[in-house]
Amino acid sequence: MNADELREKARRLRIEILTMLACAGSGHTGGSLSAADIVAVLYFHILRHDPSNPKWRERDRFILSKGHAAPVLYAALAMTGYFDRQILNTLRKIGSPLQGHPCSCALPGVEISTGSLGQGLSIANGIALGIKMDGLPSRVYCLLGDGEIQEGQVWEAAMTAAHYRLDNLCAIIDNNGLQIDGHCCDVMHIEPIVKKWEAFGWHVIDCDGHDVVALVGAFREAASVKGKPTMIVARTVKGKGVSFFEGKVEYHGIAPTQAELNAALEELRA
Amino acid sequence: MGERIHSSPPAPEAPQKARATRDAYGEALLELGKKRPDVVVLDADLSGSTKTGKFAKAFPDRFFNVGISEQDLIGTASGLSLAGKLPFASTFAVFETGRAWEQIRQTVCYSRLNVKLVATHSGITVGEDGASHQATEDVALMRVLPHMTVIVPADARETKQVIHAIADYEGPVYVRLGRANVPIVMPEEYAFQIGKAYTFHLGRHATIIAMGVMVSAALEAAALLRADGVDVGVVNMSTVKPLDGETLLRASSHSGLLVTAEEHSVIGGLGGAVSEFLSQHNPIRVLRVGIKDTFGCSGSPAELLRLYGLTAENLVQTIREAIA
Repeated sequence: MNADELREKARRLRIEILTMLACAGSGHTGGSLSAADIVAVLYFHILRHDPSNPKWRERDRFILSKGHAAPVLYAALAMTGYFDRQILNTLRKIGSPLQGHPCSCALPGVEISTGSLGQGLSIANGIALGIKMDGLPSRVYCLLGDGEIQEGQVWEAAMTAAHYRLDNLCAIIDNNGLQIDGHCCDVMHIEPIVKKWEAFGWHVIDCDGHDVVALVGAFREAASVKGKPTMIVARTVKGKGVSFFEGKVEYHGIAPTQAELNAALEELRA
Repeated sequence: MGERIHSSPPAPEAPQKARATRDAYGEALLELGKKRPDVVVLDADLSGSTKTGKFAKAFPDRFFNVGISEQDLIGTASGLSLAGKLPFASTFAVFETGRAWEQIRQTVCYSRLNVKLVATHSGITVGEDGASHQATEDVALMRVLPHMTVIVPADARETKQVIHAIADYEGPVYVRLGRANVPIVMPEEYAFQIGKAYTFHLGRHATIIAMGVMVSAALEAAALLRADGVDVGVVNMSTVKPLDGETLLRASSHSGLLVTAEEHSVIGGLGGAVSEFLSQHNPIRVLRVGIKDTFGCSGSPAELLRLYGLTAENLVQTIREAIA
């Protein structure tokens, strides 16, 4: 897929995210939008996967460690054909496979249930270890939030990945700079992110998280690194794509109203 | 540790050499490792104590030490299970079930992963290390989790069977093992099944429902009381979840009194599980012998068992007072 096509996919993802969130009436808008370009590049260009066979043994794995961004994952799974896109309208409703945070028992294509922050990277490590034992070509991708790396377990996992030289693992930090209570730098300093991961023995790529060409390049570079895991620090804007959501802390955990949705779709369709 | 936990010899026919359940675990893992190439073992810097070190030595490519990081231990084991492996993750019970409880809840149980959590150093028989290292709440913590199976073997013989049985079972399992030597109490012909209690005998006056090291104490108590004409039975309820309700109904209709015995808090463990079940299905009197909502402390295992009333003598006294 070329860059324009990927940008178009990202735009479509954002439309689906906002539409399903407005329909649900609750959910996490900002962090779903900030990750849309990363997820678009992964699902439409990088990942080797088969939506008709979600358990394909040789598939690449994607772990959404920042599980509250479930809408971006659901949109990608629907758009790639894991399930009918009508199901997106059931998000967060009783009986829906689209739980508020991803549930692997409820929805094929979700590798593991997430939502409690800080756990995905350890899981990704375990998968990467198992894949290496079996000599499979699969790669493992794990998307973390930047606030999420305040969790101690992330750093336990950071050590494990480097210790076991998991070069089939590529993690991405959606570095949008905001968390529920405010700016990360005010709530709990996370910088210098790049130096931290380098110090933990990772190959680190600092990259514009909304530039699909840069992202594709970063994932290709990650795949060529031997002997160590790669962390892509994707510099993003929370709420990206909708002017009145961008950089707004308050849109971390609330869904757009119908009026906001209409205005947002107008922008995205312009 | 050469000492035995109980001061007087246990009841069963031929007393056998006391062994720690963790030792049996180490051996069972070796057997499993030879039989099943998908078995992998993880530890958090305690492989010498949990006895996973034996597996590590025999199968270095299938052993992963994650260092002192229990939360990462659970996550890594979960990932290995997602990659089609059969992970056994071990550390001390207090760290495995306490430090990593939410990882077990969110990742292992909610996603219903085939991860086996086998923890050693449970209960006060950890001994001298004291309360920080003595898990007396672990069964309660694990039992409350949906999809979790909880097993507390009584001796080394049962432990071996348990490890093989859970390898053939699909789903999350917690197995609680100990540090100290315990007498072999299960008969040679015994065959462990998940969810099936073993009834040594049902007593007319009372039956003791025991788990872990307390099975031995219960047998000893029953023998002492029998000598005085008091008919007391013993059930080894090694699977605490799912609880063997059938056996409990049989025991509760046969015996006028049930006494639970556990090296665990009387809150939320075996006594809690039995009481929950019987309050609904056959509300008879249940007395709970266990650790009474308090922390452990340093001492030898035998001293601690006496201090906390986890002895045959205390079971005898409890039953005598209750039926007087």
